[in-house]
Amino acid sequence: MPNFETVEVTTDLLIIGGGMSACGAALEAAHWAKKHGIKVTLVDKAAMDRSGAVAQGLSAINQYLGIAEGENTPEDYVRYVRQDLMGVSREDLVYSIARHVDSSVHLFEKWGLPIWRDENGKVIRSGRWQVMISGESYKIIVAEAAKNALGTENIIERVFVVEPLLDGDRIAGAVGFSVRENKFYVFRCKAAIVCMGGAVHVFRPRSTGEGLGRSWYPPFNAGASAYFTIRAGAEMTCQEIRFIPVRFKDAYGPVGAWFLLFKSRATSAGTGEDYLVRNKAVLEEYKPYGTTKPTPANLRNYLGMIDENQGLGPLYMRTEEAIANLAKAYEGDEKAFKKKLKQLESEAWEDFLDMTIGQALLWAAHNVRPEQKPSEIAAAEPYFIGSHSGASGAWVSGPADLAPPEYFWGYENMTTVKGLFAAGDASGASPHKFSSGSFTEGRIAARSACRFIMDNNTLPNVDAAEVEKYKERILRPLDLYEQYKNYSTDPNVNPNYVRPMMYMYRLQKLMDEYCGGVSMRFMTSKTLLERGLELIQMLKEDAEKLAAEDLHELMRCWENIHRTYQAEAHLRSVLFREETRWPGYYFRADFPKMDNDNWLCFVNCKYDRNTDTWEIFKRPIINIVD
Amino acid sequence: MPTYVIAEKCDGCKGQDKTACMYICPNDLMVLDKERMKAYNRNPWYCWECLCCGKICPQQAIELRGYADFVPLGASCTPLRGSEDIMWTIKFRDGEIKRFKFPIRTTPEGSAQPDGGYGVGADDINSLNLFTEPASLGTEVPSIKK
Ligand SMILES: Cc1cc2nc3c(=O)[nH]c(=O)nc-3n(C[C@H](O)[C@H](O)[C@H](O)COP(=O)(O)OP(=O)(O)OC[C@H]3O[C@@H](n4cnc5c(N)ncnc54)[C@H](O)[C@@H]3O)c2cc1C
Ligand code: SF4
Ligand code: SF4
Repeated sequence: MPNFETVEVTTDLLIIGGGMSACGAALEAAHWAKKHGIKVTLVDKAAMDRSGAVAQGLSAINQYLGIAEGENTPEDYVRYVRQDLMGVSREDLVYSIARHVDSSVHLFEKWGLPIWRDENGKVIRSGRWQVMISGESYKIIVAEAAKNALGTENIIERVFVVEPLLDGDRIAGAVGFSVRENKFYVFRCKAAIVCMGGAVHVFRPRSTGEGLGRSWYPPFNAGASAYFTIRAGAEMTCQEIRFIPVRFKDAYGPVGAWFLLFKSRATSAGTGEDYLVRNKAVLEEYKPYGTTKPTPANLRNYLGMIDENQGLGPLYMRTEEAIANLAKAYEGDEKAFKKKLKQLESEAWEDFLDMTIGQALLWAAHNVRPEQKPSEIAAAEPYFIGSHSGASGAWVSGPADLAPPEYFWGYENMTTVKGLFAAGDASGASPHKFSSGSFTEGRIAARSACRFIMDNNTLPNVDAAEVEKYKERILRPLDLYEQYKNYSTDPNVNPNYVRPMMYMYRLQKLMDEYCGGVSMRFMTSKTLLERGLELIQMLKEDAEKLAAEDLHELMRCWENIHRTYQAEAHLRSVLFREETRWPGYYFRADFPKMDNDNWLCFVNCKYDRNTDTWEIFKRPIINIVD
Repeated sequence: MPTYVIAEKCDGCKGQDKTACMYICPNDLMVLDKERMKAYNRNPWYCWECLCCGKICPQQAIELRGYADFVPLGASCTPLRGSEDIMWTIKFRDGEIKRFKFPIRTTPEGSAQPDGGYGVGADDINSLNLFTEPASLGTEVPSIKK
């Protein structure tokens, strides 16, 4: 085994991750910790200032209700989320986040986030729930408040967390390694909150050359949350509900502002018609969701795919038409017209520059001026992001005042493993929390974890022999590489090990081809999925042969093992649900219809790491709002 | 679009043990070649083009080159990030240049107070209120009768 120092960190509450939900958790935990004598430690694989999905900034806050202003109620939000996810959501969790989210947004603004407001001081909304921001520094600002609350001495950066430690049915800590020094980390805690985001690069992306990294979802979130909670034995939910965003093609610039703020249409080149209008008869088959407004994200995708599958593409966002329509009101007054055009142009570019710089560069490289010509849009590859319009994550307890008994086991946002909490992308069945809601859920989870610690104030045992075993296992890719690298004259082609990049390609190819990726136009079936499961079994065996040249590659090895568990949970859940509930996300060719009689339910699963077996089963959907 | 470092401009952050670009990259891509004292992106096909590295580089040494597998040559997109706003220079393939300036924050760097000035709030861990609530919410925390 390579010579790595073991660093032991003992704390009360361990926050794992440093993104939006972790920053919320840090802010909230810091307060209750001071009051109740609790020690809190946060660990992130990157630098909190710019870690996670908000690294490059955002141009909108997608969840803000305006409760105090009387704009919306949490009930309204629950109905909206239920509708968007074709009936499948945990209404207690959605309600709970919705009732607190405005508080977080108000704090962001006080900390210095520029929120767009009109001359009367009212927030400028793009849609019913979204507010526009100048958000290049969104993450820096939020991280600053979290750091000021927690104190930098309680924050450990550049440590990659791999695996949970358990004491019976309770979380006892986590193990990981530094990506900068030869150090192996053992964290011991009384409670932990998983905040390590969602997963990308489980499926083959559309671009496989340099553009591989320009996935919509950031390449730095690789399924660590799913792996951690699955391996801890936590019950998981909605593992079949992937998210496929339709975005500006290839660089994945956001479309929200175009559809909502600029009121743009999207048309297929072959018909010149708005595909949402042209294909709307299909929505009848997905009643009540298909025929209720707003049309769910997956169905909007589907209506575009109908045209694409008939060779009527490409699909275009009609930016030129939208800008012309908005400027029309100023026609006749030359000066006002020009000013308006200039403002719209600037807003269009800011939308990309604040959150998807690559798209601005692609526009410039294609000589696109949005006021002059339209731009292609397309469906991306599948991602796992439970905080957005997907729903995969851990099954967590609801709040005492809202959750029915089936959804309640004592501490809000606690998984089915004692002391292990989840928030943001890590917690499932509560989609549409986005940046503000994820931050808010982190707060809810942290308050609740502090209560758990006050009630269970003992440090669980950690088995030293087990830790030693994990150390050997986690560092093994470095050993393997050293042992065999000189066997062949090219370290890349060697029969004794597999390098992480090629392992990732193998995973992506099998998911793409057997589990309904881009190349299969998101179509799969029982026979395909079963073959996929055979192949993933061999891939898991070969994961033991991953080799790493250095610490950076060691991280890549483990990211890929993390992805593999997310992939397997997904395969198994897609196989279990014998219907097509989310066309536009995926299609079961053998069960092409939605089946409300049998499948208006959650699909949950549980993994046993001692036997490497999965259990998969249904859970009821209980509405708490009519 | 992967980033690249202009050799002439990079000074290796003057030999500090942690360069600015290495510190910030969320994907651990930027590394310092200690012999040349120059940084480079070790894995361009894992780069998100978030430009966190370029925005923080004190020498303005990091730029984007569109992903070679789908972006035509000749354009650039360069930020200059200050303490209150960010200025972008966009160069089109056909040579036109546009500049845009957007605000990034309304308060001095480092000044974010955890409670945002709302105070601790109800301050009871068993109530419905989170830290700073109900003041930060602007109303009582809603609930529904089960
Ligand atoms: C392209 C894109 C656009 C979006 N646009 C909007 C928008 O306009 N408005 C909006 O409100 N929301 C938007 N969202 C949603 C928002 O970004 C997410 O909801 C939010 O970031 C989720 O928070 P999180 O804490 O779960 O994950 P993240 O914020 O992604 O944080 C994950 C954290 O985990 C850390 N981590 C990962 N693996 C490990 C490991 N093994 N060990 C240690 N640490 C680890 C990461 O470094 C990071 O700190 C967008 C998301 C994406 C991807
Ligand atoms: S931050 Fe800039 S100057 Fe410093 S090492 Fe990186 S590229 Fe060179
Ligand atoms: S653009 Fe982003 S991902 Fe790429 S090297 Fe710079 S900081 Fe890292």
